[in-house]
Amino acid sequence: MDMLISILAAAVRSGTPVLYSVAGEMLTERSGVMNLGLEGIMLLGAFAGFSVTQSTGDPAIGLAASFLSGALVTVIHAFLCVTIGANQVVSGLAMSLFGGGMSAMLGRNHIGETIKGLMPFKFPVLGSIPLIGPVFFRHDVLVYASYVLVAAMCFFIFRTRPGMNLRAIVENPRAADAMGLSVRRARYFYTLLGGGLSGLAGGYLSVVYAQMWVEGMTAGRGWIAVALVIFGIWHPLRGMLGCYLFGGIDALQMRIQAAGTSVPAPLLMMLPYLTTLCVLTFISIRKRSGALPGAPASLGVPFRREERD
Amino acid sequence: MRVWRLEPRARTPAILGPLVAALSLAAALVIGGVLMAIMDVNPFAAYYEILRGSLGSWYGFSETVVKAIPITLSALACVLPFRAAVWNIGVEGQLVMGALASVAFVRYCPESGSVAMIAGMSLASAAAGGIWSAIPGFLRGKWGVNEIISTLMLNYVALCLMDFLLYGAWKDPMSMGFPMTAPFPPSARLWAFGGTRLHGGLILALVLPVAAWFVLRRSKWGFEIKVIGENVRAARYAGIDVTKNIVMAMFVSGVIAGLCGMSEIAGLHGRLSRGFSVGYGFTGVIVAWMSGLNVLALPFTAFLMGMLLVGGETLQVVMSLPLSSVQVIQGLMLFCVLGGEVFRDYRLRGPRAAGSKEAE
Repeated sequence: MDMLISILAAAVRSGTPVLYSVAGEMLTERSGVMNLGLEGIMLLGAFAGFSVTQSTGDPAIGLAASFLSGALVTVIHAFLCVTIGANQVVSGLAMSLFGGGMSAMLGRNHIGETIKGLMPFKFPVLGSIPLIGPVFFRHDVLVYASYVLVAAMCFFIFRTRPGMNLRAIVENPRAADAMGLSVRRARYFYTLLGGGLSGLAGGYLSVVYAQMWVEGMTAGRGWIAVALVIFGIWHPLRGMLGCYLFGGIDALQMRIQAAGTSVPAPLLMMLPYLTTLCVLTFISIRKRSGALPGAPASLGVPFRREERD
Repeated sequence: MRVWRLEPRARTPAILGPLVAALSLAAALVIGGVLMAIMDVNPFAAYYEILRGSLGSWYGFSETVVKAIPITLSALACVLPFRAAVWNIGVEGQLVMGALASVAFVRYCPESGSVAMIAGMSLASAAAGGIWSAIPGFLRGKWGVNEIISTLMLNYVALCLMDFLLYGAWKDPMSMGFPMTAPFPPSARLWAFGGTRLHGGLILALVLPVAAWFVLRRSKWGFEIKVIGENVRAARYAGIDVTKNIVMAMFVSGVIAGLCGMSEIAGLHGRLSRGFSVGYGFTGVIVAWMSGLNVLALPFTAFLMGMLLVGGETLQVVMSLPLSSVQVIQGLMLFCVLGGEVFRDYRLRGPRAAGSKEAE
């Protein structure tokens, strides 16, 4: 039982950085822009968080720097995709290359250095509930904030006016434009917000999770986040579930490695990627059969006001 | 009302494509230079070192060609599915699978003669790369599984598989613990040109793009791929089997990537070691896009990219810049090429010009 609780708690901890990225990408994609650059943005955010925490000694400022750096570098993607209407897939790949390269270059003299990051604390009252307490409420403040974020997103998207506008913009940009909504402004806003959250996700990795800088420390989590958005069919709650599933497999894989089994480590490290692939296939089959809703209608399609369809 | 607007061009002058591409690259180099200056690196010295390292000597030139070989092949592997609007981001993994298959052939049929060995390795690597790529192709064609994600996930799986073999059963006992296989026997080496590191892969890199050009331009299959890429629904109405064609395009793409892996191992390195591919799969995406998906332009663009990689190695030695700086410049190039495309397809109209058009 203790083993199970510790794995579940580790799943939440390991799933949280991906969750921030997934939440951000859901907002971005819900506005109609696809950002495949998460891997690079996360890496930049991770380095920014590490570096600022190291120099100021304050993890909160470090995490703010992660968010800002993520939003800032995403301006390039937003400009190319929204203003210019360039190919979003290629722009995202360029972002992954650029962000990964920049973080490696900036961090080249800091590899392996450790910092004193954010510490976990037991959430009052809730942390004492059996089972739920240790699994969900004995982490750090960013984990708790992620619960609030997911709840707020659910409320925002489905229950508020701007959330409705957002859904109108992605389902029918031309009609939304005719209603007087600014498609471009919304796409800029949510793309940058998504980039910021991805940067924060990277910051979580370096400032909270590992508390050090390792080159390429995201190890594909940015790409897994893109897959989990599809798994979550653009619903924050389902996305959260996907993140914990991924986190659980990641945690399990590391537990098995640490326990010293005869299964070689590289084979265990395949698990998160193989699971993501299998889950994605399963979801796609279900979508094909109409059991699940598909992607937002105008996802990946640039909107040019001047042009007719 | 609107101040500036973009108008689609009725006709794109032929010169504009290459001109815009060249200007985009120049812009990327300028931005890269500014970034270097911010990081206290003299950009003029850095670019000079890149040029000197890649073109300054016969050795540098031959090394540039050596790098251009896998880049051309990876880019070619990207172009075919891209034409069908299928994003194969998994060339890296397919390349690794091809390399693993050729090592497997050498390990398990070590007695083969040179011709049989090379034929066997080629077949094995082509099959491995092709199947590794056909899997996401099938998933996409059959159930619409996002191929960007599936090919990427398979990249990681292939890399883990390589680690598993290199740290385990295939590790060379004489390698002092380094993750690499034993050197290939001479019969498993592609012929080399003179005293350089140029190898038989060069023939592949020169012949395959031309072959692909004929297939894309002249065959029914090439036409069907193009129709699928431009309009899937129209393709379905025209009776084109979309699933089959996507799987085929991905398979052929993987075959090329697999052969590329083989030629790197059997031609250049003579053994499989971890990190034998320095992200050629991703470089291939950039080169494919920068060439405008034109297969005949690939070797030339790949040569330019090879200069950057060889020059990047010089930078590493001379100015102790990490190889990741090359990645930064690659990212910038792709950004600039994307941004530049708009000026190829659209013209920017000032406020007065736009007003006069409305008055017409």
